[in-house]
Amino acid sequence: MWRWVFFLCVLIAAPAGAQELPLPSGLGETPQEEETEKAADEPGLPSGLETAEPGLPSGLATSAPAPRITQERRSDSDFLPITGFLEGRVGPRLQNDPDEGAFTIGEARLRLEAQWEPGDLVVRVVGDGVFDQVVKTREPDLETGEGAFDLREANIVWRPLPFADLKAGRQILTWGVGDLIFINDLFPKDFKSFFIGRDEEYLKAPSDAVRLSLFHEFANIDLVYTPRFDADRYIDGSRLSYFNPIAGSVVGESFILRPVTPDDWFSDDEFAGRAYRQLGAFEVAAYGYIGRFKGPGGVTPTGDFFFPKLAVYGASMRGPWRGGVVTAEFGRYISQDDSLGADPLIPNGDFRVLIGYEKEIAEELTAGVQYFAQVRSDHDAFLAALPAGAEPRDRVRYLFTLRLTKLALNQNLTISAFNFWSPNEHDGHLRLRASYKLNDDWLVEGGGNFFYGPRNDIFFSQLKDNTNLFFAARRSF
Amino acid sequence: MSSLRSKLIGAALLAAAALPASAQTEMTVQNIVDKASAAAYYQGKDGKAKVAMTISDVRGRERSREFVIVRSDIDDVDNGEQRFYVFFNRPADVNRTAFMVWKHVEGDDYRWIYLPALDLVKRIAVSDERTSFVGSHFFYEDVSGRAPNEDNHLLLEETDNYFIVESSPKDASGVEFAKYKNWIHKDTFIPVKTEYYDANGDAYRTYSAVRVETVAGHPTIVESRMEDHQIGGATTMVYSAVEYDIGLPEGIFSERYLRNPPRKYLR
Repeated sequence: MWRWVFFLCVLIAAPAGAQELPLPSGLGETPQEEETEKAADEPGLPSGLETAEPGLPSGLATSAPAPRITQERRSDSDFLPITGFLEGRVGPRLQNDPDEGAFTIGEARLRLEAQWEPGDLVVRVVGDGVFDQVVKTREPDLETGEGAFDLREANIVWRPLPFADLKAGRQILTWGVGDLIFINDLFPKDFKSFFIGRDEEYLKAPSDAVRLSLFHEFANIDLVYTPRFDADRYIDGSRLSYFNPIAGSVVGESFILRPVTPDDWFSDDEFAGRAYRQLGAFEVAAYGYIGRFKGPGGVTPTGDFFFPKLAVYGASMRGPWRGGVVTAEFGRYISQDDSLGADPLIPNGDFRVLIGYEKEIAEELTAGVQYFAQVRSDHDAFLAALPAGAEPRDRVRYLFTLRLTKLALNQNLTISAFNFWSPNEHDGHLRLRASYKLNDDWLVEGGGNFFYGPRNDIFFSQLKDNTNLFFAARRSF
Repeated sequence: MSSLRSKLIGAALLAAAALPASAQTEMTVQNIVDKASAAAYYQGKDGKAKVAMTISDVRGRERSREFVIVRSDIDDVDNGEQRFYVFFNRPADVNRTAFMVWKHVEGDDYRWIYLPALDLVKRIAVSDERTSFVGSHFFYEDVSGRAPNEDNHLLLEETDNYFIVESSPKDASGVEFAKYKNWIHKDTFIPVKTEYYDANGDAYRTYSAVRVETVAGHPTIVESRMEDHQIGGATTMVYSAVEYDIGLPEGIFSERYLRNPPRKYLR
């Protein structure tokens, strides 16, 4: 038997032996060649047998060094290849909404990303062409993202000094440690995209800003200047029905919110800053913001919605704990147009805090929990100033979030659930999503956004009639 | 008797001195395993490689990953602390995603991922090193290395080419294998083949170094393969543009470079 195996090995080895080292430069060899390297007195057994000794891999066999065939491959051009995706996405409502149509989304989207790297600079432009059947406006609005074109990024990155990075132009900005809860991140969010079933990346709306990052052993500093206020892409009645306090009820397309948006360059501006560093295993950060509430939460005496002035300071930390990651963040919101909290038309200041923990609890299954509290300042003044007949709110809004993410089928299938739920105000939002990578290029996904709760004037439960499913297919390139 | 013993010892010393380095019979098994770990994961003070990964599933369907990996050994200590930065180019949906590991000898590693579309730096919970790396048949631990002191080692056999070492976990709760057997090349200490066994003694997972090249004096695995007989299929990793001692600043392994990749070192 062994003789027979040996004979086979010699047979396999013989033809390959003719092309022994040195190897041709480039990628010529095949794994079978390992058989050639077997010393004659060490007959190899077929692989798989426990006692088999592996043949030497190509390159370890002879005393002659294998020629170095790995070579630096540099692209000649400073222009990187265009990348992006083409996507179709549709989102039917699960119930009739008297204020909206049957779909929250029905769009084809072409994303193109171009990057140019001349010298030490990086210039990057990312844009989406959109053909949408729910909101049929075609004229692009680069602030709201509606229309046939949305510009996601158009920026330049420069390193003026070894310890400084500068990024200027349209860009996505994110910081803070919350998972889908943002306290000190006051960069614009796109809640419409978030609730109608677009990819999670669209929760972050672009900023037109300059970001200066300074790096030092003691602490790193980010300074972001937005010369003209960038509001959230807030819920305004198109696509999603919402509670309008002036109407006193849930409204939709018939009552589109048209707030007064501050738009003077360099006077209606925003400052955001962060100082952060590593402290042992933990990352700690302090934050500050001067600008405005990102949603139109104020109402003028003449009945116009507007963005009241806001200042925020806060801090966060994040680090490993018992095999998982623990996070904590707080922020103090100062409502500068209503510092006493006595104006019923302007949101009160508050104190926001969250703690969270995430851990892989089983193979390819990650669970994350967060507890969030938003404590209203001047609650007594708030209650005293409530208009007659208005339903009071609790002093504290609590939110509990749970995330479960399961990967399966060689990580090609992702199933995830994320639930926001308020234990005291009883509203919530459940996000379900399953996506499958058919191959390296194609991804299909489906999911749903479920809104629930008893009151129609609270953040998630006002959206009840918008509960939707979504389905998408995406080809990346 | 005592003179016989001293003669024997003398003869043994003489023989050891006369033997070439390859017959290091005096080496302890721990030495061998330490050197194998150093040869596989700690060559040079730092290093860089482009990796083309091909994942074939049980039905022969293929998926590919392309990424650049840079690595730095803290204080150039073999089997010590390390930092890794991985920058993905392909598939298109993970293009520009960056992944960073601070590998510790004691305690859990620190891991971060940067998702460019969200500008999000996320810290990843590391409870299990033995889960699939980017959906391949390789585990995280196969890519960054398993610390030699996590297992008990036994030198089973020495052949002309190999030290054959059997290793069993000191703490069996964190791993899926009962033991593994390593064929370590005697001249270079490159682990050429690793076979993992379950509690029944059946081999279910096989690593092999397919091709080795000498780069800047370091024998380097430039093609490796992992087969998993339980889930079926195999993953091949081909390394190109391998470089050592490129003078990576330690600052590369920070949030700054997650958000703004160190392009100079990723080409």
